[in-house]
Amino acid sequence: MAKRIETVALSCFYGKTKAVDDVSIAIEPKSVTAFIGPSGCGKSTFLRTLNRMHEVIPGARIEGQVLLDDEDIYAPEIDAAAVRRTIGMVFQRPNPFPTMSIYDNVAAGLRLNGVRRKSDLDSAVERSLRSANLWDEVRSRLNKPGAGLSGGQQQRLCIARAIAVEPQVLLMDEPCSALDPISTLAIEDLIFELKDRYTIVIVTHNMQQAARVSDVTAFFTLRGPGEPGYLVESDTTQKIFTNPTEKRTEDYITGRFG
Amino acid sequence: MTAELSSVRGSLTSRTLPRPALAGVIAGAVGLTLLLFAVTPLQGVADFLVAATALVIVAVTGLTLAVEGRRRAINRLATSGALLALVLTLLPLGFTLGYVIYRGGKRFTGDFLTHSMAGVSPLAPNGGVYHAIIGTLEQVLLASLIAVPLGLLVAIYVTEYGRNFFGTAIRFLIDVMTGIPSIVAGLFVLAFWVLALHKGFSGFAGALALSILELPIVVRSAEEMIRLVPASLREASYALGVAKWKTIVRIVLPTAATGITTGVMLAIARVTGETAPVLLVVGNNNFIHTDVFNGPQASLPLFVFQGAGSSSNFDIDRAWAAALTLILIVVVLYVAARLLTRRNSLARR
Repeated sequence: MAKRIETVALSCFYGKTKAVDDVSIAIEPKSVTAFIGPSGCGKSTFLRTLNRMHEVIPGARIEGQVLLDDEDIYAPEIDAAAVRRTIGMVFQRPNPFPTMSIYDNVAAGLRLNGVRRKSDLDSAVERSLRSANLWDEVRSRLNKPGAGLSGGQQQRLCIARAIAVEPQVLLMDEPCSALDPISTLAIEDLIFELKDRYTIVIVTHNMQQAARVSDVTAFFTLRGPGEPGYLVESDTTQKIFTNPTEKRTEDYITGRFG
Repeated sequence: MTAELSSVRGSLTSRTLPRPALAGVIAGAVGLTLLLFAVTPLQGVADFLVAATALVIVAVTGLTLAVEGRRRAINRLATSGALLALVLTLLPLGFTLGYVIYRGGKRFTGDFLTHSMAGVSPLAPNGGVYHAIIGTLEQVLLASLIAVPLGLLVAIYVTEYGRNFFGTAIRFLIDVMTGIPSIVAGLFVLAFWVLALHKGFSGFAGALALSILELPIVVRSAEEMIRLVPASLREASYALGVAKWKTIVRIVLPTAATGITTGVMLAIARVTGETAPVLLVVGNNNFIHTDVFNGPQASLPLFVFQGAGSSSNFDIDRAWAAALTLILIVVVLYVAARLLTRRNSLARR
C-alpha cells in the first residue's frame, strides 16, 4: 500500500514569483510527516506539489522532481488525475459537495472514477466511514446532506471521501485549523490509526499537534519578506523538538521567532 | 478630560421614542397635509401623496433628532428612504399586473384558451388564443433548444477554460450581443433566412431570432452562477483524481443548477414577450397552425400587438386577455423550473 515520496531540488513558482526554493526531502511510507513553519513559508504550496494540485492554479509551475517510489510524477507521460487518485488530499476547510448526501460524498471519488456496482460502493462507503471514525454517527442518516454535519464531522467526512479511493499517500493541509479541540482530537486519533496503512503528510500551525501526531517533522521558513520559503531541516519529531540541529529551528520551536 | 469623556460615552441607556408617539407624529403629519390641501389651492391625489410622504419623513426625522439624537435620526431617515424606494419600485409592477388582470380577466375564460380566431370577425366577441399559445410555446421552445445548450457550453468555456485571448474576446462579444435590439435580430433573420435563403415566414424563423436574443442572457447568467461555485469544491474533486470535464459536469454544474435554472427561466421569460422579431419573420395566422417550420404562425405578443391596435373593442378585450395569458405562461414556467431544481438540490434543506 503506502508509498515513499522523495523530492529532488524542488522549487515552486506562481508565475514569476518563486514561493518555495530548492527542497529535497524524503517522506517515508507508513509514517506521519509534519510540515511546520511560519505563515507564508510555502509549506502548503510545497504540499500541493506532491499530488500535482499546485498546477491547478493558473500560472503555477515547478522545477525539480517529485518521486513516488522512484517514479517521477511530473514526467510527461504521467496523468495528473491518476497521481491524485494515488495521493489523496484533505483541505484546510471541510469542503463536502453541497449537492450530495453523506453517502454520495464518500462514494463520489469512486463513482466519478467509474465504479458503478452498488455492493462495491456500499462496502467502500462503510469501510471509509468506519476508518474515519464517523460511521456510528452517520449510519442512520446516510441520505442526509453532508453539509448538515458539524465542522468536525464534515472534516472526517472529507477524510472518508479521500480514503474511499484507496490512495497510497494522504496529504493533509492544516486539517484541524477550523475545528474545535474535541474534533481536533478525533482527527488526530484518526491520523494515528491511518498511519498503519498510509503515508501521511500533514501541514500544521500547531506545534503541539506536530509533536503529538508525527514521526518526522520538517521545518520550513523564509529568509525575509518577499523571499521564497525553504526547508531548514527535517528529522525525527523527537529530535526536532528536543535538540534541533539548526538555531532557526530552535528559535521557532521555543517561540523566540514568529 | 475624564469628565468630558464620560459625558461623550454617556450611559448605556438612552432616550427612546415610544411607538405610540411615532404613530402620533405620522398621523399628525398626514392630518397637517389634509389641512394644507383644504385651505390652500393645493389639490390632487398624487400631489397629496407626495406632500404627505415628505411631511411624514421630515416630521419623524425631526422628532427623532430632538429626542433620540443624531445617529438614530439618520438611521430613521435612511430607513424611510429605503422603504420609499421599495414602494416606488413595486408600484409600477403592481399597477401593471393589476391592470392587466383587471382588463384581461373580462375575456379570460376556458373558452378563450381553447379556441382560435378562425372565422371570427373582429367585431364578434368570441374567439380565443389557442393558436397563439401553440405558436408562442413552439417558437420559444425551439429558440430555447438552440440557445440554452449553446449558451451553457459558452458559459462553461468562458469560466473554466477561457483564461486566454479567445475567452476574453468571447466575453466581449457576448456583452455586445446583449445590447442587440430585438428589432435588429428580427431584421437580420428576415434578410438572411426569410429573404436571402428564400425560406419564407415560419415559426422557426422567429425561433432563430429569439435564440439570438436569448443566447447572451443565458451565457451571462450561467457564467455568473458557475463563477459562484467555490474553488474548494473543484479542488476537492481534482484531489479525488477526477478529470476536469467530469468535475464540471458532476460537481460544478449541479452546484450551480438552481441559479442557472433561474437565469435560463428569466431568459425564456424575456424572449417569450418579444414582439418585434415575430412581427417581422413569423407573419400572422388566425388558424391553428402547428407546423413550426412552414408558413406563418400566430403568437401571443403578436396577438396582443394587433389586437391593441384594432378599432374594435372586442379585439382590444381579446388583446388584454392574451396579455394576461402571456404573463401566466411565464409565471407557470418559472415556478415549475424553481420547484424542479429545488427538489434536486440537497443543499436546500
